[in-house]
Amino acid sequence: MKLLYFAWLRQKIGVSEEELSVPSSVATVAALIDCLKSRGAGYEAAFRDLKALRVAVNQQHSRFDAAIGPNDEIAFFPPVTGG
Amino acid sequence: MSEIRIQAQDFDPSVEIAALDDASGSVGAIATFIGLVRGDDGLIAMTLDHYPGMCEREIAVHVAEARKRWPITGLRIVHRIGRLVPGERIVFVGVASSHRQAAFQAAQFLMDYLKTRAPFWKREERQGGETWVEAKAADDESVKRWR
Repeated sequence: MKLLYFAWLRQKIGVSEEELSVPSSVATVAALIDCLKSRGAGYEAAFRDLKALRVAVNQQHSRFDAAIGPNDEIAFFPPVTGG
Repeated sequence: MSEIRIQAQDFDPSVEIAALDDASGSVGAIATFIGLVRGDDGLIAMTLDHYPGMCEREIAVHVAEARKRWPITGLRIVHRIGRLVPGERIVFVGVASSHRQAAFQAAQFLMDYLKTRAPFWKREERQGGETWVEAKAADDESVKRWR
């Protein structure tokens, strides 16, 4: 799957996007977050407080319990501040 | 007609406004909103980051919703990205309709959704360094009136 990180998440993790293959047991956004947190201190810091995070699956705002698959584009970011 | 643009360069409000009048004689009102970078409290510059693709998509969803709610004859949204200094224009929302109520309300509806749903993020530069702007609860409250 394709993962994208924006704003301070990108700075904490150190990359703006990456391709990742996860086990098929990782079937929701929440499970993906648990999996990502084990990838290092940057990820751990980025995903520490889920209340400060938003997620989009295939460019649509989604919930943490949303189902995900290997061909999805999943983006993590803080609440938006445009306009 | 609707036009949605996300761009680094500045825009000319008079050109955007002129484009909202289709000269058919049916436009009775044009309401516009222009957001500017405020220079108070020591701001040196702000940089707007965005999610290409999702931004356009999210704005298009709310443009379609606005068109369902109000009789809109023309609509233009321009949002800038990149580094902007105080006084620079950030965003333009313009709505044309036959009557003012629809134009005012649709412009406000679009701005409220732009601020709370479109994936843009602001980073501010001040003397002490850079910080990401935090979302405001008041913006989430503003959007509730349209539900």
